[in-house]
Amino acid sequence: MPRWPKPAEGSWTEHYPELGTGTVSFHDSVSAEFYELEREAIFKRAWLNVGRIEDLPRKGSYFTKEIHIANASVVVVRGMDDEVRAFHNICRHRGNKLVWNEFPREESQGFCRQFNCKYHGWRYDLEGNCTFVQQEDEFFDLDKADYGLAPVHCEVWNGFVFVNLDREPRQTLREFLGPMITALDEYPFDKMSERYDFEADNNSNWKVFADAFQEYYHVPALHPQQTPIAVRKPGMGVECAHFQIDGPHRMTTTGGARRWNLPPEYQYPVEIATRSGLLGPWDGPTIEPLPAGLNPGGVEPWGISNFQVFPNLEILIYGNWYLVYRYWPTSPSTHHFEAYLAFPPARNVRERVEHECAAVMFKEFALQDAGMLGGTQAALETQVVDGFPLNDQEILVRHFHKAVADWVSA
Amino acid sequence: MSALLPAEFAEFEEYAAHWCLPTETERFERRMASDMDEMGAFYAAFSARLDEAIEFCDKYPLDELPEDVQRLLQLIHSYVMVSMAVEIFHQPKVVDSADAVLRRVKEPRP
Amino acid sequence: MSPRYPKPPEGSWTEHFGLDTGPVSYADSISPSFYERERQAIFRRAWLNVGRVEQLPKAGSYFTKELAVLNTSIVVVRGMDDEIRAFHNVCRHRGNKLVWNESPDEETQGFCRQFTCKYHAWRYGLDGSLTFIQQEDEFFDVDKSQLGLVSMHCEVWEGFVFVCAAREPEWSLREFLGPMITALEGYPFDRLTSRFGYRTEVRANWKLFMDAFAEFYHAPVLHSKQSPDKYAVAAREAGYEAPYYAVEGPHRLVSTSGVRFWEMDPGSLKPMEVMTRGGLFGPWDKADLGELPAGVNPGRCKPWGLDSFQLFPNFVILIWGQGWYLTYHYWPTSYNTHVFEGNVYFLPATNVRERIAQEMSAVTFKEFALQDANTLEATQLMLESGYVEKFPLNDQEVLLRHLHKVVGDWVEQHAGVPA
Repeated sequence: MPRWPKPAEGSWTEHYPELGTGTVSFHDSVSAEFYELEREAIFKRAWLNVGRIEDLPRKGSYFTKEIHIANASVVVVRGMDDEVRAFHNICRHRGNKLVWNEFPREESQGFCRQFNCKYHGWRYDLEGNCTFVQQEDEFFDLDKADYGLAPVHCEVWNGFVFVNLDREPRQTLREFLGPMITALDEYPFDKMSERYDFEADNNSNWKVFADAFQEYYHVPALHPQQTPIAVRKPGMGVECAHFQIDGPHRMTTTGGARRWNLPPEYQYPVEIATRSGLLGPWDGPTIEPLPAGLNPGGVEPWGISNFQVFPNLEILIYGNWYLVYRYWPTSPSTHHFEAYLAFPPARNVRERVEHECAAVMFKEFALQDAGMLGGTQAALETQVVDGFPLNDQEILVRHFHKAVADWVSA
Repeated sequence: MSALLPAEFAEFEEYAAHWCLPTETERFERRMASDMDEMGAFYAAFSARLDEAIEFCDKYPLDELPEDVQRLLQLIHSYVMVSMAVEIFHQPKVVDSADAVLRRVKEPRP
Repeated sequence: MSPRYPKPPEGSWTEHFGLDTGPVSYADSISPSFYERERQAIFRRAWLNVGRVEQLPKAGSYFTKELAVLNTSIVVVRGMDDEIRAFHNVCRHRGNKLVWNESPDEETQGFCRQFTCKYHAWRYGLDGSLTFIQQEDEFFDVDKSQLGLVSMHCEVWEGFVFVCAAREPEWSLREFLGPMITALEGYPFDRLTSRFGYRTEVRANWKLFMDAFAEFYHAPVLHSKQSPDKYAVAAREAGYEAPYYAVEGPHRLVSTSGVRFWEMDPGSLKPMEVMTRGGLFGPWDKADLGELPAGVNPGRCKPWGLDSFQLFPNFVILIWGQGWYLTYHYWPTSYNTHVFEGNVYFLPATNVRERIAQEMSAVTFKEFALQDANTLEATQLMLESGYVEKFPLNDQEVLLRHLHKVVGDWVEQHAGVPA
C-alpha cells in the first residue's frame, strides 16, 4: 500500500501519458553522434545557468565559464551601471582568449576596471566596448565601435545568472523557465550567501550522473549508511510524495517527519551533537512564509523539494538552505560537475559548525554516487543491453531523457 | 613549543598539530591517511567536550576569533570529519566511493 | 654450418607447413582499422581462455574479467549446481556495472550467494536469474524472467575456463582446440596449483609480443646478459635451433631440447641458480608428475626441454620438462597496446627448499619477460614509422609466419559476414 496517494491514473508516469511506460534506451548517453546533436540542439539554444549574482558582488566583478560542449568560453561581468552582461571571451583583434589567470584553460574570477588582452594590449570596458587599441594609427580605417566584445545573451532570474548562446534566443529566460520554476520567485536565494562549493571531473555522461539525483529509489541500496545500522531495515523502500513536470523541467517533493523529529536512534551521534547533519541544520532562521511554489503538491508534512531545470541544473531546497548541482558535458563519457550548498550566513561558531556538518555529510554520500557511476558508464558503453525498465519513482529519469530527445529532434 | 589551543583545552594539545587544519581538503586527506585507531582515540577524547568547545568559541564574534580559538574551531571541524569514519563507515574511506574525487573549492574562513 | 636437427623433407619447416617463404608485412600490427576487424573476426568468434577452475573453488566463487577487446566486462561464477557460467557484468535495470569491489574499473574475485547491484539493490542468483526487484510494484509490466543477466557461452577443458562471445559458437570448445591440444588431456594441470601471477601493460600490438615467445632465435642475443659470459658467448656462437615444430588448424607448437643446467660447470651458471637449484628452466630437481600424455613432447625430443603450445588467438600453454607449466595471455586493449598476463604453475611445495627453487624460477621468468617487453615497445614505435615495410623471417621463426597468416585468413574470410 503506497504511503503517498498516486494520481487518478494509477501512477505518476501515467498521469503524464506522453511519457509512456515502456522500457527506455540510454543510447543517448554513450553515443558520440548524439553528443554532437546535444551540442547544437540543447547547449547552443537553451538558457544555461552559469552562476549567481553573489558571484558578482560589486561593480567590476567578473567570472569566466568554460562551456566545453558549446566550444565556448564566456565572461560574465557586473558593469559600472550595475548591469550584468556576458561576452564571448575572445579578443576582437586576433582571437586570443581575453580573460584568464594562470592557465588559459581554467576558469577565473575577480574584479577589474577593464579587460586587457595579454597579447597586444587591447582594452575593453565592462560594457564590452573596445576602448583602447595599441598603435591605433597602424591600422586601416579601424573604428573601435565596431570591435566591441561579442555579446552573449544574459538574463538573471532570482539571482541566478543565465546565458544563452543562440544568436537570438527563442524564448526569454522567464518564458523558458515557465510557471513551475518561476513560482519560486519569492524564495530568498540571495539571503543564503554562505557557500560551500565543490567540483569534480567525473567519468560518466552528464545525464547518467544527473539521473542519480532525480530519483530516490536508489537511496536505500547505494546509501544504506544514511540510516544508522540499529534502525536500518533490509528492503526499506522510498516513495516521493509528489512529482510534477512542466515543459522540459521537472520536480519532486518528499514528505514525512523531519529527520531530527524522529527518535534519536535515527540520527548519528555527531548529528545530535551538532544539531545538524544530512538534511541540514535543525534550527536556524526560518523563512516564513515558504513560497507556495516550493510545495506545489501541498505535501504535508513537507520534506524537501528538488527542481530539475533543463538542461543541466538542479536546485534542491531544504527550507532554510538550498543546494545546486550543474553538470557540464566535456565528452560523451565525461563531465565537469559543480555543486554548492548555500546557507544564511552563520552568526556564530555554533551555526558555522552546523553548516560544516551538513557540508561534510553531503560530500560523503555524493562520493558514493560518483564512485559507482563511472562503473555505470563503462557498463552502458558495452551496449550489451539497451532497453531498461523504469519504475514510477523514476519518472523524472524517464522525462529527462524524453526532454533531451525532444529538443534534439526538434 | 607554544600551545596551539586555548589553555582551557590543553588536554587536546596532542591532537592539535595533526588535526588543526584550516581547509576541508587538508582535513579530508588527513582522514584518508589515518588509521581507525588514531581517529578513534581523537574522537573518543574530544566527544565529551565538543559542546563546551563550541560555547567557548562563541565568546568571540565569528569574524574576530583569536588565532588559538580559530585552531580550536579547526579541531571541531576535524572532529566532524573524523566522525564520518568512526560512526558511519567504520573505515577511513567512504564505502563504495571507488576512485571518486570531489574537491571542496570554496568555504567560509574560519 | 649444417643444422643440428634434421629438417623436414621439403627442406624447411616453413615449406613443410605450406607457408610462403618471402618477407612479411607487419601492417596487421600497426593499424587501428585492422584491429577493429580482428575484434569482430577473431575475438568475437574464437574460444578465449579467461581463467582456471581453481579460481572458483566452491559454489558461489566468482571472478570478474575486463575484456576490452570485446568491449565488455564479464563475471565468471560457479553456481550452486557446480556449473560454471559467464555473464556480462551489467545490471538489467539501468545498466550499472554489477560486480565490483573497491573500484568499478578493477577486476575482483570472491565468493557470494547472489549478486546485488549497488545502485538499486536488484538481486540475481548465481545462475543469472533476476530474483529480487526492490519496490517491484512501482514498475510497469515487469517480468523478472525476461531480465536475467546476459550470458556468454562458457565451457571448461582440463580445468581451463573458456568463453565465446558469438551468439552461437561455430565450434564446440573441443572442436576448436583440435587434436594437437586435446592430446594433452591427462596432463596433471589440476595438481600444479601453486601459482605465481604476473600482469603488465605493454605498449605494443598483442601479436608482436606473441611473436617474441614463438621463437627462441632471439634468446642467445636478447637474453645474453642474463647468463654468465661463458655460457652466453657459447650460446650465441651456437645460435638456436628447435628440434620440432607443429601446426594444427590455427594452433601451433615448438619444442626445445632443453639445457641440463645441473650438469654444467659452475662458471656457466649464476651463483643464485646453484644455491637455489632453480632457474629459467625450472627447479633442477624434476617434479615427478607420473606418466605424461602422448600429446606432450610429440616430437619425442631427447633431451626434451619444453613444449610451447600457442593456442589461437592469444593463449600459450608452455609445458616444461622439469615438471611445471606456465601460461601467457595477451589481451588487446588497442591496436598498439595490450595487457600481458603470465602465470607460472608448480606442484605445491612440500618444504622450504622446494619453495625457494620455485621462487627462483618464477623470478627468473619475470626477468626474461621484462627484456622481451622492453624491446617490443621499441619495435612497435619503429614499425609505426612506416619507413620499412617488409621483414624477412627465417625457418626458426616459422610460427610467427603461421600466426600472422591465420590472423589474416580469419579477418579476410570474415569480411562481409553478418555478425
